[in-house]
Formats: sequence, C-alpha cells, structure tokens
Amino acid sequence: MKKLKLIIRREFLAKIKNRSFIMMTFLSPLLMVGIGFLVFFLSKKNDENVKNIVYVDEYQLFSKDDFEDSKSVHYSDYTVLGIEETKKKVEAGDYYGVLYIPKKDSLEVLANSIEFYSKDSPSMSVIGNLESKVSAKLRHLKLDQLGIDSEKIKASRISTGIKMYNFSGEQSSKLINGLKIGVGVIAGYLLMMFVMIYGTSVMRSVIEEKTSRIIEIIVSSVKPFQLMLGKIIGNASAGLLQFFIWGIILLLISLVSSYVFGIDMTEVQASKLSPEQIATMKAAAGNGEMQKVIQEFFRLPLVTNFILFIFYFLGGFFLYSSLFAAVGAAVDSETDTQQFMLPIMLPLILGVYVGFATVINDPHGPISTIFSMIPFTSPIVMLMRVPFGVPWYEIAISMALLLFTFVFMVWMAAKIYRVGILMYGKKPTYKDLYKWIKYKG
Amino acid sequence: MSNLLEINNVTKKYGEFTALNNVTLNIPKGSVFGLLGPNGAGKTSLIRIINQITLPDSGTILLDGEPLEQSHIEQIGYLPEERGLYKSMKVGEQALYLAQLKGLSKIEAKKRLKYWFDKFEIGAWWDKKIEELSKGMAQKVQFIVTVLHQPKLLIFDEPFSGFDPINAQLIAKEILQLRDEGATIIFSTHRMESVEEMCDYIALINKSNKIVDGKLDDIKRQYRSNTFQIGLKTSNSKEIETILKQQFEVTPTDYRMLNEGFTANVKIPENESPNGLISLLMKYGELQHFLELVPSANDIFIQAVHKNS
Repeated sequence: MKKLKLIIRREFLAKIKNRSFIMMTFLSPLLMVGIGFLVFFLSKKNDENVKNIVYVDEYQLFSKDDFEDSKSVHYSDYTVLGIEETKKKVEAGDYYGVLYIPKKDSLEVLANSIEFYSKDSPSMSVIGNLESKVSAKLRHLKLDQLGIDSEKIKASRISTGIKMYNFSGEQSSKLINGLKIGVGVIAGYLLMMFVMIYGTSVMRSVIEEKTSRIIEIIVSSVKPFQLMLGKIIGNASAGLLQFFIWGIILLLISLVSSYVFGIDMTEVQASKLSPEQIATMKAAAGNGEMQKVIQEFFRLPLVTNFILFIFYFLGGFFLYSSLFAAVGAAVDSETDTQQFMLPIMLPLILGVYVGFATVINDPHGPISTIFSMIPFTSPIVMLMRVPFGVPWYEIAISMALLLFTFVFMVWMAAKIYRVGILMYGKKPTYKDLYKWIKYKG
Repeated sequence: MSNLLEINNVTKKYGEFTALNNVTLNIPKGSVFGLLGPNGAGKTSLIRIINQITLPDSGTILLDGEPLEQSHIEQIGYLPEERGLYKSMKVGEQALYLAQLKGLSKIEAKKRLKYWFDKFEIGAWWDKKIEELSKGMAQKVQFIVTVLHQPKLLIFDEPFSGFDPINAQLIAKEILQLRDEGATIIFSTHRMESVEEMCDYIALINKSNKIVDGKLDDIKRQYRSNTFQIGLKTSNSKEIETILKQQFEVTPTDYRMLNEGFTANVKIPENESPNGLISLLMKYGELQHFLELVPSANDIFIQAVHKNS
C-alpha cells in the first residue's frame, strides 16, 4: 500500500508538473470563453450590417405594414420603377436583393411564382423570413377570399399541455424531462471526454516508461499490477483536478464578466442558438420557469444520482484505462497504438451515440436498457438513464456486470501489461496478446 | 560457506520456447558470481525470476534459506542491461523515489544519497533533469540507485557496457568494495573476458541449460590442458623441435619473441611436472618465456559446449 501511494504520488506530480498540462489547465477555459465571445461579437457585427431589400409588387397586394423594417433588414417599395428597371438599379447600387411579386390570376399560382434576385446567393435566414412574411399575407388573403374570419381562426387555436405523473405521484413535464436529459447527457459526455483524455494519458505514460527503459527497474521494486493501478489512479486524480480547475475558472469568468462588463454569459451561449430557441428560453425565463428548473433540479434524487454517477464514472474510467495501459505496454511507440485503439474507442463512441439516439427519446426502451447493461457502454448509457429513474434491479444487474467485467479486464490487462512492458522490438499482434494472457507468472 | 541464493531445478517456458531448462545454481555468500553465456542463453530470464519480475514454471529459489517472496525485493539491487530513468524527472527526486520504492524512508534515503553523491562528486546534479545529463552521468546515478538500499544481493546485467574505461574502473572498484562489506554479487555478461578477473565463481549457460558451474579456479584446473607456451633463444630451432616432438605434443603458438629463436605450445602429459621440460630446454639455449596456458572462461565455454553436444 505504501508503494502504491508512492507511485500514485509520482504519477500525479509528473502529470501536473508537465508544462503542457499546466497550459491546458489554464488556457483552455480562457480559449473556450474567448471563442464564445468571438462568435458572439462576430454574429452581433454581422447583424449590424443592414441589408436593403426592395420589392416590386405588381399585384399591389402588400403594404408597407407587411414588410416591417427590422434591425438588420430594411425594405423599400420600388413597384413604380417596374421590375426590369429595379433589377438594374439593385445590381448597380448598394442593395441586397429584389423580391418580385408578379401579377397572377389566383393566389395559388402567385404563391409559386414569387422570385428573388440578388448579387450573391442570399442567406437562408433572409429567404426564410421573406417566405414566412409572404405566406402569412397570402394565407390571410385566402381566408378573406373564402369568407373566413381570421379572428375566429385565431380563437380556435388551443394549445395542449399534457401533465405527466408517475404512480408515485411525481409530476413531470417536458421541462423537467429536458432537464433530466440535460443532466444525463452532460454526465455521459463528461465521462467520454474524461476517458479519452486521461485514458490515453495513462497509455502515454506506460509507453514513456518503456521507451526510457526504466520499467525494468521499477518492476524489480513493485508488482506490475501495483504500477498499473498507481498510474491509473494518479492520472485520474490529475484529471479530476484539471476538471475541477476548469469548472472554477469558467464560473469565475462568467461571474466577473457579468458583474464587471455586464455581459450575460447566457447571451454568449445563446448566440450559438437559433432565434426560436432563444425566444422559448426567454419565454421560459419570463414565466418564472427558470426558477422552476432550478427547483426541479434539486428535486431530482440527487444523492442517489451522485453516488451512481461516481460509481459509473470511476468504473468506466478504470475499465477503459486498464485497457489503455495494456495497449501502452504492448507497443513500443505511440504510432503503433492505432490498431489497438479502435476496439477500445468503438464501444465508447457507441455508448455516446446510443445514448443520444435512444435514451433521449425513450429512456426505458429495449435498446437503451440493453446498452445500459453491457459493461463497455453501461457507464455512459446508464449515466444518461439514471435521472429518469431506473428500477433498482436494473441498476444492480448493470453494476454487477460492470464490476465483474472490470475485475476481469483489469486482470487480463495486467497480464498483458506484465509481459508487454518487458517486450521490445516486435510489434505484437492480437495472437501475441492472447499468448501473453496465457503465460504463467 | 553457506549459500545466499539457491536456485533448484528452475524451468521457464514462454509458449513453445524454453528459456531455462532445469537450472540449478548455488551462489555462495560474499562471492562475486559470474553468470556467463552468449546472448539469448537465458541469463536475463534467470535474473528476472530472481527479481520476481516473472515466476518460474517449476523449481524453487531460496534467498538466505527462505523461499523467495515479495518482501525480499528490498534485499536485492538490480542494474538491468537496458538502463533508463525518467527523462523529465530531476535527478534527486528520482533517486529518492526509487530508493523509497525499495523500502527506504525518505530521510534515510536522503542521507545515503548525499554520501554517494559526494563520493562520486555529482552533488551539483541534484536539481538537473536526466535529459540534461550525458549517458555516462546517468549511468552513475543509476549505479547509486542500485546499491543505495544496501542489498544483500546485487545483480549487474552487463555492468560495464556504456561506461568509459575510467568510470568502468571506478564502478569495478566500488563493486569489489561492496563485496568486501558483505554483499553478494552476480555479474551477468556475454563478454566473458570483461568480468572474468573479478569473479570467484562462475556458471556457464548455453541455450537455456547450465553447462558448467563452480569455483573459477577449480574449473580452470579442471579444464587446464597442461600446455605451456615457451620461448627459447637458440639458433637451432629445427633440432629442438624434433627432440620435443619425440616426447610431447607440440603445436605452433602466437607468441612473438623479441630475439631470434624457437617458440611453440608444448603439452606435457598429465601429472607430470613442467620441470622436466624446463631442464630439457635449458640444455639447448636460454629460456626466455615459459607460461602455462590457463584456459579463459571463453575457452572453457567453447570446450564445454563441444563436450555437451
């Protein structure tokens, strides 16, 4: 135990004293936030660029009210010039484009004859905006033609919201479900990132010991299994520290920027979202639902979730990083790792995809249930399912399978590791690895 | 004299390949033991078993009378053939870490490291990273780390490869001093001439089998052929050769005399004193060179391999 502690300490210190680790720890949150700000300001600048759009309405159907100026788009009526004249003018001048509404016999024909001319291909949002304006107007006209009172249509629109309960009387709603998805997805995604970053760092550290040839000295002092375990724990601790620092830095930046510069971080984040999403978010915030989200978050079975999170996080990380350690031991250099990396990465990526594809739609469907049992995908998929409430026996089976596989894989990886670390020169095949597992002692 | 290490009927296989075949060796306390043999003979496999890096398929090993177990690691110091240290770690930190892995307390390790660093005059390297040192400098650090915990048993695999002649001599002196202080030393090498003069005992290993072992002097006596290299100052070489050939086995030699004369290797019958040959030679001229051709470990090895096959 004393030696294990020494190894963990060395691995931890070697990792955090590394210059690139320090840079990564302090620069990447700044970089992330910096890029966020950049996108925010650029899109803001982009919106400030006013687009002048002119329209030629031969039908005289549209009025200035139908084309209301917005912050980024100005409309002008050039109907008097005629379409040919306007096109020439637009092409020569500082205009974004011409909307041409020709004279047609019926609204149906007109609906498919409207044209837009521009110098460059127009942006999707501009066209979408124009289409919705035109079709709203045309629908309105059609309703008038048919003699239907548009006020009545408006009144007939009833929106439905089904309230959801489970049999223990717990209320849920779309909002809460969204929250659960969010918590689950973030947990699963964090685990995947963690395994990818620090699993490969375990592997690199094994390779470093092999190439620097210190390995034989170390294993003449400690058991290879101890060394492997020490490496995994040491790297995981360094990783947790890094994640923790990232969290704190991001929190500090958002606090500082909102108090000092008056920039709301949610606004920066929101710049990546579409206007509709922002509208719904604003509506939610307006109705005091933001508070509800926070309340609901704390109403989730947090303690259970947290314990399960820790279990699957550590279980998943140990399972995968023992495999990474075995790969590191089997090869001489990082370039030789490719062929062994794929089978490790595959279940990891599969877990995330299955999680995104099935858990979100149907957290208790057969696919997500099965994948939350299979040990290699279970840490990720189960973490995503957990907020929705998983029956205890499913969790028990999944945990037992994970634990069993974890012990088995660590045992197998340790075998490969023990033989591999002292093998040089030949690039091993899967057959070799199988042979190593069978070696005694 | 009792044995520090007893290796009984050790066999080790890697799949189809047999690395060690029923090897039995006794290594006496306080001796320098040469484990000699060509590359791939099984020396490193045996050393790894002694270090408990791998386990034998069958056979037992006793260290100081006890079956080998994990705690014995602290009584063994091992300098592997493939040497290396953590490149980006500082010399001092690294030496402390490795010493602590061998069971020394931090304070004790620091004290002993200071002694050795002073002795080798490398105190100034304490805060340098290994990658800043030359290969020879790193080897010195490695030697210190190997002996720091004052192990009963020291194992050196190809100890002098990588050292320049001056440092090799320094290390050789230190090793012999460690033996005088009570440590038992195993040398493993395929360059047999490099350690022969330092060894009290040797074992020859070839193709996973031990072919010869014992006290070096005994083995040499056993393999001596009673052949003497002679150099006689004379102007009558032909006549002497004929006379000698009547009594002894005479073969050409590679010895070069400074004066004109007769040189040869002469083999005299077993149990016969060389004095007879000397007095015979003295009648014909001035005897300038007379040397028994003691077989080197290399010669013994070649002979033993021939005998075996």
